[in-house]
Amino acid sequence: MLGQIWDRLTGKLDPVLISIAMTICALGMITLYSASNESMPRVWGQMSKLGIALAIMWALANTPPQLLARFAVPMYVVALCLLIGVTAFGLVINGARRWLNVGVATIQPSELMKIALPLILAWYFNRHETSLRPRDFFIAALLIGVPFALIVRQPDLGTALLIGASGAYVLLLAGLSWKVILGLTALLGASLPLVWSRLHDYQRDRIMTLIDPSTDPLGQGYHITQSTIAIGSGGLTGKGWLRGTQTHLDFLPERHTDFIFAVYSEEFGLIGNLVLLVLYLALFARGFIIAANASTLFGRLLAGAITLMFFTYAFVNMGMVSGILPVVGVPLPWVSFGGTALITLFVGLGLLMSIDGHRKLVQT
Amino acid sequence: MASELRNPQYELKRFQSRLLLVGVLVFAAFGVLAGRFIWLQVYKHQHFQTLAESNRIANIPVPPSRGIITDRHGVVLANDYAAYTLELIPSKIQNLDETIDKLAEYVEITPKDRRRFRKLMEEAKNFETLPLRTRLSEEEVAKVAANRFRFPGVEIRSRAFRQYPMGESASHVLGYIARVSQKDQERLAEANLMGAYRGTDYIGKAGVELSYETELHGITGIDEVEVDAGGRAVRVLSRKPPVAGNNLQLSIDIKLQAIAEKAFEDKRGALVAIEPSTGDVLAFVSKPGYDPNLFVEGIDPESWKALNESPDKPLLNRPLRGAYPPGSTFKPFLALAALEMGLRTPSSAISDPGYFYLPGSSHRFNDDKPGGHGIVDMYKSIVVSCDTYYYQLAADMDIDEKADFLRPFGFGRKTGIDVEGELIGVLPTREWKRKYYGAAKYREEHRKWYAGDSVSAGIGQGYNTYTPLQIAHAMAVLSNNGVVFKPHLVKAIQDSRSGERRLTEPKPTDTIALKAEYVNVIKNAMAGVNKEGTSAMVFKGAPYTNGGKTGTAQVFSLKGQKYEASKIDERLRDHALFVAFAPLDKPTIAIAVLVENGGFGSQSAAPIARKVLDFHMLGKVGPDGDVANTSATAKVAAR
Repeated sequence: MLGQIWDRLTGKLDPVLISIAMTICALGMITLYSASNESMPRVWGQMSKLGIALAIMWALANTPPQLLARFAVPMYVVALCLLIGVTAFGLVINGARRWLNVGVATIQPSELMKIALPLILAWYFNRHETSLRPRDFFIAALLIGVPFALIVRQPDLGTALLIGASGAYVLLLAGLSWKVILGLTALLGASLPLVWSRLHDYQRDRIMTLIDPSTDPLGQGYHITQSTIAIGSGGLTGKGWLRGTQTHLDFLPERHTDFIFAVYSEEFGLIGNLVLLVLYLALFARGFIIAANASTLFGRLLAGAITLMFFTYAFVNMGMVSGILPVVGVPLPWVSFGGTALITLFVGLGLLMSIDGHRKLVQT
Repeated sequence: MASELRNPQYELKRFQSRLLLVGVLVFAAFGVLAGRFIWLQVYKHQHFQTLAESNRIANIPVPPSRGIITDRHGVVLANDYAAYTLELIPSKIQNLDETIDKLAEYVEITPKDRRRFRKLMEEAKNFETLPLRTRLSEEEVAKVAANRFRFPGVEIRSRAFRQYPMGESASHVLGYIARVSQKDQERLAEANLMGAYRGTDYIGKAGVELSYETELHGITGIDEVEVDAGGRAVRVLSRKPPVAGNNLQLSIDIKLQAIAEKAFEDKRGALVAIEPSTGDVLAFVSKPGYDPNLFVEGIDPESWKALNESPDKPLLNRPLRGAYPPGSTFKPFLALAALEMGLRTPSSAISDPGYFYLPGSSHRFNDDKPGGHGIVDMYKSIVVSCDTYYYQLAADMDIDEKADFLRPFGFGRKTGIDVEGELIGVLPTREWKRKYYGAAKYREEHRKWYAGDSVSAGIGQGYNTYTPLQIAHAMAVLSNNGVVFKPHLVKAIQDSRSGERRLTEPKPTDTIALKAEYVNVIKNAMAGVNKEGTSAMVFKGAPYTNGGKTGTAQVFSLKGQKYEASKIDERLRDHALFVAFAPLDKPTIAIAVLVENGGFGSQSAAPIARKVLDFHMLGKVGPDGDVANTSATAKVAAR
């Protein structure tokens, strides 16, 4: 009887995904404790957000994909409206208009768009599965382009590129012809000088800083310089938990959030890093398997896009902290401190589980 | 593609192949990351390890405490005391003004403090921390410490400050210390001492503080500490304690010094007292003086202006760097020269009509006594200070031979005293005049030596100029029968670690071959000066034997008019001089006094000498001494 209830409750939860995600979360909590100079309240705060995120994931996992698909259009429209709202009424924090006060809380509409965009694209391609025309790709491009432009204007080039990428993944998986892909890539390459000229000063600085962090050791370069020192000095086995000098003597900036990987890396070394990379790869592999086995195009595209979104965040974050990518505000999935990102990530997991868990139902 | 038939099987295949491709790319991307990690954490690990360590570990120099300076009897003249300072690290503060404004909410920061801080910033670019406020109270320390987290780059430190308890007294002997300037840094860099001075903010700028800098400074210690990103020390890893600087015991008797300074009242001038048998400088007065405490924390612009632009020149070290004609105090030396050179005997006398003409010249050299002194022998020439006697002597004596005789006494060359900046003065010779007028704008007639030049030089005027130190030194040499001791201000150096004392060895540096008989003639005549001569009134009733000589040095040529002090602008009045020694047999003190624009030597200079000799000889203030309160009690400069 109890067993039946337990099965009912957990039946849709994917044991592989959940165990990997929870392991990464556990590493994140341990690192957060160290990064916050052993502040337990901080860790409790993050754990309570994890609880909420898990609940949302459970709810989504138990929702059939068909129902999810119905939410695609309203969700996209809401996200788009909020983005427009941001441009009109948004709060300016640190010189960028990214936040919107919706009464109960201050939200970042771009975060919602991270899910809404792949969802609507998957829904759109699924709807036009049997008669896919170039026109459809054009409409898809429009669905990507509008939010992209709105977020670029905030300005938040990093997030815009990530969202653009999640849309592009859907197009790629949906079968956009190689000719078009190569053509677009070439066009993008050719337009780089133009893009460069339109970038904000701080954005250029970030890129220049990447090329030579030592040019401005106390300004933009300071972040990258200190985080690479943290990683490099960690060595093979790390300095040990709570014993990272870069972390505990305040040399690392943003060490709870975007730069938490440097803390992890300093204290757990190369071995810790490889463990984390393997965990991520395992999680991605499971995501790809779900995508490959999904029974509908909607499921395939959504699962694929979400998995690639996870990958992108992890790659961009670790790349930037270790100094091979420019500094963009991307958290490390399941590790960085912060509730919004955590919820988005678990929503993604919930969607994957929904797609996988309702496979047989759809087939019958 | 537009009318392409959709084949679900083909579509699925294509999706899966694309997924596979993407999967490979994902794997490759993570491979790149792994590669980057291996590069950073294995290949370049050592490099980053070093960087992290240099982030973390700072070698903080611990400045040594500076040596203490005492007088010959152990009275403290300069020492260190600890005080809290509020310091800023400009390189770690983004907006200095804002930080200072915020700090002002916790501690009082006056506009003067701000100005001084700005000045420090301009002067000392390479320094890590600069004091904004010094001498914080305990309460202020507590307030700032409690709000430390709000002020990155702000520190409270305990630092040693120099203080000069005697204030102005002996200021020109001690000199002062002040913040290391750009110039000092260059000098230190040249001497390869930058490392030794890390953490040291102050350096000797004048007096013995400057000349004995290497003894006083000590050896800098090093604390290896762990610091956080704000530059704050978290804990000490290892420690190499500093070694305090060596202590100086001066030859100065600060009580004697104080009596001498007091005796000057508000007159300008100089006094040097030397122990002839050792070269110990017992008193070294330059009036007016200044308060060296003003310089320690960086002098504020107003005080500096007041000192630097005062017409009284309080910063001028008069005994060392003031050049004055010796006037009649030169006569005993010239008389000795006459005896030694065989130009006169003690008893050969002249008849003084009150003036002197060079043969074939119509220029009249006046004696200061109209009508003259009558029959004048050598004894009388000194006692009454007869100019005519010396005009004649000068006409008979070759200027170069005279210079050769006088030079060993220290005239016209450095005495070698142990402070920097001594002037050479002018002991005129033919060669000197030729060089002095060597510039193209002068003609041969300017450069040539005339008999008239010798005559004015013959009474200590003309081209003669010497420092009060040189005159005192010469007096010491004469009273010591020609045995020369280099004058020195530092009697002993005490090693801070072993406590061992290194004495400045009183070794004669030269002995002038003088006939004792001749020296006694001069000494006897100088005793006569104080008994029945120009300063007899001043030395009346002195219970010890002594000798002296008055002098008056012209500042301004009256061109034949009669000198009337009251009618002349004070600054153009003659300088008053007096030299003396006591007792006659084995003198323990030789002294030179100069009062700028003081008129006759007997009027203003001799009474000062009397007070100093009384105290030195009797150990107490003399009978008519109004200087009873000159006990050198410490006026601790507690502001």
